[in-house]
Amino acid sequence: MERLQTGSVIDGFTLGERLKAGGMAMLWHASHPDHPGPLVLKIPVLDPGADVSAIIGYETEVLIHKRLSGPHVPRFVAAGDLAAIPYIAMGLVAGESLAERIRQAPLPVPDVQRIGIAIAVALADLHRQNVVHLDLKPENVILAGERAVLLDFGLARHAELPDLLGEESSEPMGTSAYIAPEQVLGERSDPASDLFALGCLLYQMATGEEPFGRPKTVPGMKRRLYHAPRPLRAANPQAPTWLEEIVGRCLEVDRGRRYADATRLAFDLRHPEQVALARKRRSTPERGLGRRLVDLFQKREEAQVTGTPTVARRKAGPSMVLTAVDLSEGADALAAAILAETGRLLAARPDSSLACLTVLRTEIIGETRTVDAEGRSLYIGRLVALKDWARPLHLPEDRVSYHVIEAVSAAEAILRYAEHNDIDHIVLGARSSSTLRRHLGSVSTKVVAEAHCSVSVVRVKGGAEERDR
Amino acid sequence: MRIAILSDIHANREAFEAVLAAVRRLAPDRLVLLGDLVGYGPDPGFCVDAARELVAAGAICIRGNHDEAAVHGPAGMTPNAHEAALWTKAQLGAEQSAFLDSLPLTAELDGVLLVHASARDPAAWHYVRDLRSAAACLAATEARMVICGHTHLPAIFYARAGREPVAFIPLRDVPAPLSAAHRHVVVVGAVGQPRDGDPAACFALLDTRAREVTMMRVPYDSQETARKIRAAGLPDWLGLRLQIGR
Repeated sequence: MERLQTGSVIDGFTLGERLKAGGMAMLWHASHPDHPGPLVLKIPVLDPGADVSAIIGYETEVLIHKRLSGPHVPRFVAAGDLAAIPYIAMGLVAGESLAERIRQAPLPVPDVQRIGIAIAVALADLHRQNVVHLDLKPENVILAGERAVLLDFGLARHAELPDLLGEESSEPMGTSAYIAPEQVLGERSDPASDLFALGCLLYQMATGEEPFGRPKTVPGMKRRLYHAPRPLRAANPQAPTWLEEIVGRCLEVDRGRRYADATRLAFDLRHPEQVALARKRRSTPERGLGRRLVDLFQKREEAQVTGTPTVARRKAGPSMVLTAVDLSEGADALAAAILAETGRLLAARPDSSLACLTVLRTEIIGETRTVDAEGRSLYIGRLVALKDWARPLHLPEDRVSYHVIEAVSAAEAILRYAEHNDIDHIVLGARSSSTLRRHLGSVSTKVVAEAHCSVSVVRVKGGAEERDR
Repeated sequence: MRIAILSDIHANREAFEAVLAAVRRLAPDRLVLLGDLVGYGPDPGFCVDAARELVAAGAICIRGNHDEAAVHGPAGMTPNAHEAALWTKAQLGAEQSAFLDSLPLTAELDGVLLVHASARDPAAWHYVRDLRSAAACLAATEARMVICGHTHLPAIFYARAGREPVAFIPLRDVPAPLSAAHRHVVVVGAVGQPRDGDPAACFALLDTRAREVTMMRVPYDSQETARKIRAAGLPDWLGLRLQIGR
């Protein structure tokens, strides 16, 4: 390969300034007459006689990157032929590297929260496209305003592609500070591994410390299977308990106990007041000598410790269900039918969660009534009614949240809530049709027409409920 | 080049016709029939005649063990296959038998070795269904890629020197990439008797330029085929298994 410099042309791409060198690749600013906008060319270092693994790594990265789209990955533009000169051309992502920002850690809690949400949203998008990143670390995250963009799919795994890279090494692949326990054991297909890495990032942003250090050996990395890191609030007493709870849930060794998915993690970061704090995490009371000896001789199989893969469960049903119920007239037959439908959806997936929402309609004209006749806040009254309505589902505290939203338009409120929280499935009711409703348009019609996810519309069969009135 | 590969048709007219209709829509550059035109199924004469026409139009057709058994009589087959082979032999006319007897054991196309069972001693009909048999298959040839059938279970093996091959089960209708750093054994699923739990007929589409291979699935009227199997007095199980893809 001839020596590359600013001005060199590869397949029509003109190289600009050289960016900092990564370990395995050179990065160049670039431009191309057919591809508008500033570009980056990533050129892997593949010397003649280079390890074939490096070639397979490059091939894997191209295969995965070209299947990805959306605002949370650099735009894929082109890839070079291995036989000529290998490169990946992509859109330049302007922003600040998380590697820069994290040097100032501990960061203020609102920053940790905001960056955490942005990365969780980016991961949710990646996971929806069937890809697990498997090397989430500060260097691979660009903060572009409120959005996080994920870089470098060199270790990533696509669920619909063969894992040729995984067979290249018997050593764990990843970065020792952030690698998930199951990944240390060679597992390369679980989106939950990225949630563990994000937990490490949250911990580091909140405390300035890497929770597991940077072990250089495999036994060093395996320590995280058996030893929890220092509690977050021991490392930084200023950190709130809800953040400790969230990070703890990301860092569960058993991946089945981590968040159901990245969207659920983003939800908790957005609604810290709803994070259930009562849960006892890793209830490991001081072990006596006898117990320690027994543990020593009955060390559980490593693979058992990290739990079963979460992939199958992710396909079983929606993870985040939003149920909107109208309780302005009290709990009626329709509210009961909505509850039953919600129960059926949640049953499909034991780690799903429910957001219950009811809209407190505010009038456009005139003063908003905030206090009812008995002097109790309407808001509190409705919240109590909402919790009472959901009680028969018997959901544990960490699976359910309650939201009373004041709004002029119920449909707008439901849609806004669903989009903001990346809800997977909305359940709501429709009153039986009436002439008036046909003219005005119903809440359910608008939600069905404009929602970005599946919507179940529940009706009381035969319209009995309407006749009762 | 885009190549459609049809393996293990097994005298299943309904599956063969449905697959040919799908192939016509895809308009590939070449068509390959990878052996076992007959055996098990109720329409051997139709399938052999259709294959002869396709060959006359430029298709490549190679020999499978059931084609051989239909000409020379079964040897070392399971009881159901044995019974079906005897029945098939009696159904075929002289020209049809002569066509089957003329089929080559292997062929080469664009650097790809085509063989019904395995490149390792093709006439011995070894199954390629695990890493060892895939490695043995590749060890027997210089070709970068071997395409075979015989197992009725779609699979791709990625191999490189000094390592165990990597096995991959391609997903229905999703292109699987081929690697520049590997040699490949592509095992094509069956048109006429799938055994991977998916009763839809399977064939492969290889795109050598895009370096992808896709296992295409085509649903067909398997109840009609099963009815004909019963009517012909062939073993009931041969019809039943078409319904469940096993």
